[in-house]
Amino acid sequence: MPEKKIRVLIAKPGLDGHDRGAKIIARALRDAGMEVIYTGLRQTPEMIASAAVQEDVDVIGLSILSGAHNTICPQLMKLLHDKGMHDVTVLVGGIIPEADIPALKQSGIAGIFLPGTSTQDIIEFIHKRVAHS
Amino acid sequence: MSEKSKATTQTAPPTESSPGHRESSAKEKAWEKNTIQPILEKNPERLAEFTTISGLPIRRLYTKADLPNWDPDRELGFPGQPPYTRGIHSTMHRGRLWTMRQFAGFGTAEDTNQRFRYLTSQGQTGLSTAFDLPTLMGYDSDHALAEGEVGKCGVAISSLADMEVLFDQIPLANVTTSMTINSPAAVIWAMYLAVAEKQGADWKKISGTLQNDILKEYIAQKEYIYPPAPSMRLVIDTFEFGVKNTPKFNPISISGYHIREAGSTAIQELAFTLRDGLEYVEWGMRRGLDIDEFVPQLSFFFNAHNDFFEEIAKYRAARRIWHKAMVERYKSKNPRSWALRFHSQTAGCSLTAQQPFNNVVRTAIQALAAVLGGTQSLHTNSLDEAWALPTEFAATIALRTQQIIAHETGVTNTVDPLGGSYFVETLTNEIERGASDYIEKIDAMGGMVAAIERGYPQREIAEASYRYQMAVDRKEKIIVGVNDFVSEEKPLEILQIDETVAHRQSERLRKLRADRSKSEADRRLNALRTAAKGNENLMPFIYDAVKSYATLGEICDAMRDVFGTYEEVAIT
Repeated sequence: MPEKKIRVLIAKPGLDGHDRGAKIIARALRDAGMEVIYTGLRQTPEMIASAAVQEDVDVIGLSILSGAHNTICPQLMKLLHDKGMHDVTVLVGGIIPEADIPALKQSGIAGIFLPGTSTQDIIEFIHKRVAHS
Repeated sequence: MSEKSKATTQTAPPTESSPGHRESSAKEKAWEKNTIQPILEKNPERLAEFTTISGLPIRRLYTKADLPNWDPDRELGFPGQPPYTRGIHSTMHRGRLWTMRQFAGFGTAEDTNQRFRYLTSQGQTGLSTAFDLPTLMGYDSDHALAEGEVGKCGVAISSLADMEVLFDQIPLANVTTSMTINSPAAVIWAMYLAVAEKQGADWKKISGTLQNDILKEYIAQKEYIYPPAPSMRLVIDTFEFGVKNTPKFNPISISGYHIREAGSTAIQELAFTLRDGLEYVEWGMRRGLDIDEFVPQLSFFFNAHNDFFEEIAKYRAARRIWHKAMVERYKSKNPRSWALRFHSQTAGCSLTAQQPFNNVVRTAIQALAAVLGGTQSLHTNSLDEAWALPTEFAATIALRTQQIIAHETGVTNTVDPLGGSYFVETLTNEIERGASDYIEKIDAMGGMVAAIERGYPQREIAEASYRYQMAVDRKEKIIVGVNDFVSEEKPLEILQIDETVAHRQSERLRKLRADRSKSEADRRLNALRTAAKGNENLMPFIYDAVKSYATLGEICDAMRDVFGTYEEVAIT
């Protein structure tokens, strides 16, 4: 039986429009054989959670460069919890000060990727994580 | 193919039909045959192909053979004279140094006012304002979508009251101010003009720059509100208003910076920016403006990236293309329209979160390229900007970097010191040719708005950006501290934005709305709404609304009611 493709939602929450990173990740994951849905810009946590349910994704990748991560991430995690999406792996990439990382992990974010991360590292992380869940 | 055989093929003469046909001299041929070939057989070069960071192939050596039919009088001219390859002023940095203009903004208007006054006290020569994301998107600080973003990426400005605080004790008659604002540029400019008026500064004499470049927002940075046509109308409204009222103010800074940050090549940055410039010129002329009245106030803004010579060649080519377009395409008669003036900023995307002190070195080299390329003003990034907005410590080193280049290195002693270099002149020609090809393609699509609507520049940039990332991932391009020369390090001390900013802003807005005359603000907002439905210049209506303390969000909403909003088709 062919292996089911990993489904990933790449989302750009908040007001920021710098989408270089989000677009590179979307394409790299697609080239690595995953099914990628890119939400486009300026998604609220509600929109992202609904899209995740509707598309039945295994992974949500958030790209945040604006400093709004401490507001956005806990909101999204709560919404996912309320919608019963307990198994979804949520990743954040972008500009995240090191001091903020423990609290984000505490809220349920599985992986945080800072500037300079190679696309290969993210692909490997997803493969390991989704295979084990 | 082995590394070695690939390396030696580079010296094979190109065929007669290849675009880069090059006829080397007998002495050069002998050198290649008798000196280079035997060496390459024993010691192949480090790489099979040498390329710029944008992927342009670079030869081992440049000689006279690379510049056939090259006439310095035609290609270079003299500084301050067409085609301006060597710079737009006759004495360049001997006469006057570039303006050291550090971009700053965070928290509330009080916080940023303090940083402005600090930077000025340290020898900075111009102001540059960074606004937060809600302001850039035309939302007040207390809007639901502003949650978590107030004061984070810049200063929060929701009304004239905030603007009054931002420029408190800063005499707008004497200082030039740049404002990085695009979709709501007309509104923020109206606030600035209102503050100037209140200070008693003469509008005819005040100077500064509004970014106001909406085209590159659709192409790269994506901070747009309205669809292209009404957005362009607003831009042309500011041109028209400026010609009549603020003849020394630059109503636009046509920006390649963000195009490059989005991952474009140097040639794409140049081509899309200059084609954006031509689009503004054409829309202005269609409005009935005299080209030689408004074009002299158009200014440009380029990135200063890592590849030293490619960047210098880019600035030189920019001036040559612009001059040619103004004279040949639009028959401009005013030399002030022909000379491309530009601001530059070192490449934020080149900064690394790893080993952040290395960023001081990167920034210094990038800044040097901008200076050698003849920049009119410069922002140098701070070492900590891959982590957060800069601390005062980091921002001071960035300013000092410019002062060291200006006063210690000697590079300002002569005009265009690299002019006449076989390499730099060849690269300037190649970049000019590459950018001109793109400009022709976009002309054939019906101009830049049409090209944007079909996603053409967006797609070209996404391709280039992905190509570069893959080259980095494969270590074909090395980033020190990231994919090579990696080491452990201690975390950096970074700027923390006070989390009470949003609350303080909301309080201030509540008080503002209670204290002003609501009926007067509503009346002026309605007048703006009605005017937006017609063809009148909207600047006077926006100015009136601003003066009644209608907020940024209310004014942008009045126009949203008429113009609608824009959603892009995302390209991945």
